[in-house]
Amino acid sequence: MNYDFNFDVIWRNWDLLAEGLGLGLFLAIVSIAIGCGIGLLAAFGMLSRHRTLRWIAVAYVSAIRNTPILVLILFCYFALPQLGIALDKISSFVFTLSIYAGAYLAEVFRSGLVALPKGLREAGLAIGLTEFKIKTNIIIPVMFRNVLPSLSNNFISLFKDTSLAAAIAVPELTFYARKINVESFRVIETWMVASMIYVVACYVIAALLRRLELRLAVPR
Amino acid sequence: MSPILTISGLHKSFGKVEVLKGIDLTMQQGDVVSLIGSSGSGKTTLLRCVNLLEDFEQGSIELAGQSIGYKQEGGQRRRLSEREIARQRAMTGMAFQQFNLFPHMTAIRNVMLGLIKTKKMPKDEARAIAEKWLERVGMGQRRDHYPGQLSGGQQQRVAIARAIAMNPQIMLFDEVTSALDPELVAEVLAVVRDLANEGMTMLLVTHEMRFARDVSSKVVFMHQGRIHEEGAPEQIFGAPKTERLQGFLANSEF
Repeated sequence: MNYDFNFDVIWRNWDLLAEGLGLGLFLAIVSIAIGCGIGLLAAFGMLSRHRTLRWIAVAYVSAIRNTPILVLILFCYFALPQLGIALDKISSFVFTLSIYAGAYLAEVFRSGLVALPKGLREAGLAIGLTEFKIKTNIIIPVMFRNVLPSLSNNFISLFKDTSLAAAIAVPELTFYARKINVESFRVIETWMVASMIYVVACYVIAALLRRLELRLAVPR
Repeated sequence: MSPILTISGLHKSFGKVEVLKGIDLTMQQGDVVSLIGSSGSGKTTLLRCVNLLEDFEQGSIELAGQSIGYKQEGGQRRRLSEREIARQRAMTGMAFQQFNLFPHMTAIRNVMLGLIKTKKMPKDEARAIAEKWLERVGMGQRRDHYPGQLSGGQQQRVAIARAIAMNPQIMLFDEVTSALDPELVAEVLAVVRDLANEGMTMLLVTHEMRFARDVSSKVVFMHQGRIHEEGAPEQIFGAPKTERLQGFLANSEF
């Protein structure tokens, strides 16, 4: 192989890559926050006594989980405006990724809820708490701590999925990498560096989340 | 004096299996009633009906003059609203076999939660009451420990403090020592005994026969969903009348 490595163009565009990385992180954080809310509702829906609620939640989760995320992104960006729901690129992507995260987190939360001992709810009832207060003060906080490791994994997946936003020209890391690639033809260098940035970022995120898990863990 | 608790004609089924077949029981303020009997006799279910952890199909429970869980309306038996039932549950305190402490909260937070969320007490007041009761059960030093950092006996004492801090009309104890290692049983029984001596009205399900004999004002022997024999502890343990009770006691540890 005869290839002269030249990283100059990468270093010159370092600010763009950093900006792209920042936007990717932002998209992932906002989406997982919204996704947690949706996921909680869907998880309680799946476990509800009411058949209609259960049906809606299950339909949502299976529909989203059985659709490729790229299709969802394109659908929300190109098809929804035809139905009168026009969002700008970033909002559209956040919307998609939140819906997507919600479906996966619903499963995580559902299994977390099912795994809780029944006595926790009964102890709440016995001191006169309503079902709602039991959920907000006991069930959700305990379940949340138990599922934190899966939540971390989901967050890292979501962060990597933000690269797909390039498909609708959201200016995140992959978008800029492609731009640099097209303008400079430094193919190997560009994608090598982009990959490295993702790897390092994921590694750092995982380490930070691990620390958060330890901090929130219930002492024993 | 009117009774604090009146259970009459109580029936309860799980699906097709009738587990309570007409229970009548009356308690005066300060009474300590022990429910004994083999497993499956319905004693835990009876206890759980009193604070509506179990619904019941027939009969009534009256606590401090209030009909628990259901009301008669135009000849119809209607379940009370969720909010009403929650309020009535707070009139009883319950300690469970498995403690059921909230694992993400310290001991004192466990005790404070009901005071703040159910009784709408300001935090300072709730903290003072929680401290008082943790002190009383000998857990004052461990108030900032999490359940996972406490032994079973310590957890159970915190759980008892959590229940009794709500100032209930009656305390329900559901086999509170059954999940404990033998060497931890005494510390929990000592707490229960103290409460009894101070005049707390208590209904307890227990396998500790010696304890039931020492602490109870009345002992109720249940068998197959019915009260088979009841009486003062001296009579139940000293001169059991029915063959069934004699057999049960012969097989029990003292």
